[in-house]
Amino acid sequence: MTQTRPTQERPATRAAVIALTLVLLTGFLLLPLLVVFVEAFAHGFGAVLTALSEPDALAAIRLTLIVAAISVPLNTVCGLAAAWCIGRFEFPGRGLLMTLIELPFSVSPVVSGLVWVLLFGTNGWLGTVADRANVQVLFALPGLVLATVFVTFPFVARTLIPLMREQGSAEEEAAVTLGAKGWRVFWHVTLPNIRWGLLYGVLLCNARAMGEFGAVAVVSGHVRGQTMTMPLQVEALFNDYDWVGAFTIAGLLSLLALITLAVKAVLEWRIGEHGRALI
Amino acid sequence: MADRGTRKGTDLKVELRDLRKAFGRSKALDGVTLSVPDGEFLALLGPSGSGKTSLLRTLAGLEFADSGEIIIGGQSMQDVPARERGIGFVFQHYALFRHMTVARNVAFGLEVRPRAKRPSRPEIAKRARSLLDLMGIGGLADRYPDQISGGQRQRVALARALAIEPALLLLDEPFGALDAQVRKNLRVWLRDLHDSMGLTSIFVTHDQAEAMEMADRVAILKDGRIEQIDTPEQLYSNPATAFVHGFLGESIQIACTVAEGRATFDSLPAPSIPAACRPGPAIALIRPYEIGLCPGTGTATVKSVHEFGPTRRVRLIAASQMLEAIRQPDAWTPAAGETCGLDLSRARVYPSAME
Repeated sequence: MTQTRPTQERPATRAAVIALTLVLLTGFLLLPLLVVFVEAFAHGFGAVLTALSEPDALAAIRLTLIVAAISVPLNTVCGLAAAWCIGRFEFPGRGLLMTLIELPFSVSPVVSGLVWVLLFGTNGWLGTVADRANVQVLFALPGLVLATVFVTFPFVARTLIPLMREQGSAEEEAAVTLGAKGWRVFWHVTLPNIRWGLLYGVLLCNARAMGEFGAVAVVSGHVRGQTMTMPLQVEALFNDYDWVGAFTIAGLLSLLALITLAVKAVLEWRIGEHGRALI
Repeated sequence: MADRGTRKGTDLKVELRDLRKAFGRSKALDGVTLSVPDGEFLALLGPSGSGKTSLLRTLAGLEFADSGEIIIGGQSMQDVPARERGIGFVFQHYALFRHMTVARNVAFGLEVRPRAKRPSRPEIAKRARSLLDLMGIGGLADRYPDQISGGQRQRVALARALAIEPALLLLDEPFGALDAQVRKNLRVWLRDLHDSMGLTSIFVTHDQAEAMEMADRVAILKDGRIEQIDTPEQLYSNPATAFVHGFLGESIQIACTVAEGRATFDSLPAPSIPAACRPGPAIALIRPYEIGLCPGTGTATVKSVHEFGPTRRVRLIAASQMLEAIRQPDAWTPAAGETCGLDLSRARVYPSAME
């Protein structure tokens, strides 16, 4: 006679739960993903290539890459600084700062975009300053970068803060007593200890930076071939009933998501498996 | 071992003058003055929260006192940052660089030197290797910290601290995380190392046996102050305060009253003893082996006698108080049920803690 542990469910229950999970996974995650690629290739490989070589599509891809190339490094540096500050020191207002860092997560992306419109609009606080300096912020690259930076700010800091708190600063103190200067300590002790966590945060930050729609949509102005990032281009093409075009770009974004997912899994495995040694 | 170039002359006296530091309302250091001669092995002993770790970290420049002075080898450390003090520091949990091999951990202090003072690459590797050999862990050079045992990590931490040829070696609870047997071996080994390398060392511990066995002198800390600093022998036989008496070894506390130079025990039927402390309520402290038992009719009744190795523990009841005396093998010992006289003349009298 087989005995079941108190925490073990009956086989029938287990089978039902597993089946439900599989159905949900297939229906809500796998199927839509499949549809993206099926629709993209509905008119053959040639149509996809044509859609990809459209000047507007190429411009959208280029713009997305440029926005990510600026905002991701910016947020990496700022996130590192914030995590170092919060993870290593006790000071009044630390809790508040921590909450502020997470603000972009809780604010609707549309609002995240709107704040920049209000700030840099013709009547905004900084609008006149930007005007006088002859810098076009809204409906141009600077606006897109600002919105993206705002939305993706928490990723790096959020992954690093718990890690740095757990590690403490004993190793850095040891390095200092051995005669190392600030930068040396950072490059040889701090950074190697957090490198996998940092990479993980940067990866999530990048995925969001390239995929952001809401905040970017507000500040973009939707000028085709000029201020359209990939997600915006998808929507525009979709509204034009250009299925192949829309799904091609969407497929490209999905591919990015899949790659991100794979790298993330590898990173999580490294962090988990080798735990303390490699983090 | 490479020449110990940073040591200037022979006098590396460490002097602390009236160090004070407060965290909010609690005082970590409350006027610490201390002088450590060159070559001494000093232990800072005290209960947790007594300020011993703060004192060590302040010496290393990892923390800063609110006021007071630190002078090492005649030079004020006021404006000398931690990285320029040249002090070896062994951290409580070793703080080894986890992503570096043992050899690279040890070499770190030499690698970060400014180019002018940095030995060549092969020279650094050679020195790291000879230090590891000296520590008896030459075979571990290519391992990572998480691949070696606690005792081995301790040795790596020590090798790393010694690589910079420190003038002064500071150790924070160096044996705290080790099991008893490893601890005992490392103690002897560390003391030998200190002597053979001619180091000046200060180490923090809360384990009194460790401090008393290893150190030349022991400073007893309490609430950010040094209660007493002396050789282990003196501390044990002449404790300056009731706290030191109670902290080092078994003590029996008896309430008494001092008047006209004599202390009368409040509730114990024993003859009064001379006392130098000021009149008023006081406490007498005595160690179990210092309690004298006199044959004949007396005020104490023997409850039981336990033989354990060479000593005998005698449990007595006197005026409904329980006392435990330890008798030496050759001393007269009453049998259970007998009565005897109490002699507490070896007790030390201290002013009452409540002032």
